[in-house]
Amino acid sequence: MKISREEVLRIAELAHLGLSPEEVDMYCGQLDGILGYIDKLKEIDISNVEPMAQVLHAGAGSDVKDSHPELRDDTLLPCDIADAVLAAAPDAEKPFFRVPKVITR
Amino acid sequence: MSAAAPWTVESVRAALLAKKISARELATEFYGRIERRNSELNAYLTLSPERAYAQADRIDLSVARGENLPPLAGVPMAIKDVISTRGVRTTCASKILENYVPAYDATAVERLERAGAVLLGKTNCDEFAMGGSNENSAYGPVHNPVALDRVPGGSSGGSAAAVAAGLAVAALGTDTGGSIRQPASFCGVPGLMPTYGRVSRYGLVAFASSLDKIGPLAENVADAAAIMSVIAGHDENDSTSAAIAVPDYASETRRPVQGLRIGVPEDYFAEGIDAEVKEKVESGIELLERLGCKRIPLHMPHTDFATAVYYVLATAEASSNLARYDGVRYGLRVPGATLTEMYRNTRESGFGAEVKRRIMLGTYVLSSGYYDAYYLRAQSVRTLVARDFAGAFKKADVIVTPTAPTAAFGLGEKIADPLQMYLADIYTVTGSLAGVPGISVPCGKNRTGLPIGMQIFGPHFAEGRVLQVARAFEEAGGFGL
Repeated sequence: MKISREEVLRIAELAHLGLSPEEVDMYCGQLDGILGYIDKLKEIDISNVEPMAQVLHAGAGSDVKDSHPELRDDTLLPCDIADAVLAAAPDAEKPFFRVPKVITR
Repeated sequence: MSAAAPWTVESVRAALLAKKISARELATEFYGRIERRNSELNAYLTLSPERAYAQADRIDLSVARGENLPPLAGVPMAIKDVISTRGVRTTCASKILENYVPAYDATAVERLERAGAVLLGKTNCDEFAMGGSNENSAYGPVHNPVALDRVPGGSSGGSAAAVAAGLAVAALGTDTGGSIRQPASFCGVPGLMPTYGRVSRYGLVAFASSLDKIGPLAENVADAAAIMSVIAGHDENDSTSAAIAVPDYASETRRPVQGLRIGVPEDYFAEGIDAEVKEKVESGIELLERLGCKRIPLHMPHTDFATAVYYVLATAEASSNLARYDGVRYGLRVPGATLTEMYRNTRESGFGAEVKRRIMLGTYVLSSGYYDAYYLRAQSVRTLVARDFAGAFKKADVIVTPTAPTAAFGLGEKIADPLQMYLADIYTVTGSLAGVPGISVPCGKNRTGLPIGMQIFGPHFAEGRVLQVARAFEEAGGFGL
């Protein structure tokens, strides 16, 4: 087995994901099969291979504006959609989102 | 489908200019078709008639005044429901965003509307674009218009079905591992995945940020090119959009293909491919040879590892991107005694089975103790997959492969076995990982009448060349092989 029931529960906790006992059993079996398949990556020698962190390489030039022409200047721009954003929240009181109490004395 | 010739960007424009139909009448015609067909297809989740008719009226006013019409004037289009539309519900086919109404438009949507397109509504898809069959939608699967008991493919199944059934002239889809190309293949329409960074993703609800792309599904290749000319290009709201000039795709698309080198990787015709798919794609390659293209046999040795790489990286990125659905700022909230309990309850109720599966897998491969063995290793093998493409494009101008190993499978056929579903992505995930553009074009049907798709990859930012080969193939009758 690649993954135990306990590990499934630990991962669900890390992901803040509630799972029913049936889901825990189902994912245990399915993740085991998927991880078993993914193990085929171990057949490849990657000792001299750089991991791909960027899909497209940056352009030439040492200056950030030359090498990354897609970046804009870091200037503040107006964004006046706060009311619309708060209106979409399940529980808001301008200018805040309200959540269950986090800090207890 | 109506018996008359399908509407295209060009025929809409001609009809508007000749005053044979108004943009409003055309929108009404399409809403009528949707009214008649959507209950059996389930292609649309939300319609936006107010917005569509307001836009149609603006176009009609321009026509009346004799003004120059923008490139997509009056063209009725559909938008995949993972792309934000201001004031129009955007669910991502998830219960967690059932009532979410964005406060802004995605850049691609804004550009389409500025170019005159009439946006009819939002199309169904797999939840958060995760799936290859559209069966992971919280609002029920889309049915393939060619055969209602078959899947339309996924995740952009609603967009593909809408175009194939004549419920939109064209649609936007998104492609992370094949989600434009595979449904295009299953429904028998062209569908283009652009180069990574070619089209702004501002307003696209993120799934896997190193892989997500927005692209068109259309009636024909010229329409896909026309839409690309509108949506491509740098956007200062998306730092991953490339600051590279956009060519005139329409004129690039009309170039002759004689002398182009067509790379054919043997690795895409090996074990697991359906015999009829192999036969049709082979006929497609022969047609391109008759048009004067030169066939170059290729070997791309890491093809077989791409699916494993993809399901590590895409799920890792998804687990991070979907952390935002916590019941605080938008979407569903299921109460809990503590903040953590509220998160857990919200995510348990709001996400469907496939999304949970991918969050679990992605969290696992990023978790302490497994990061090097899975995530970092997959990133390294991704480099090798990309090198396969870079090497191939030294020998060939485009690469031609099947889009999917089979034609559309049956509804319910694969849903119980996620690994089998993932393995069906084998021919599309490769190009996704390399970040190169790829189009799926129809190349005939199998004996039961189901469409088969042929895929054409090009080098980074060579959408024009990909469209050029696709257009030549289309004009030579390749779609009906």
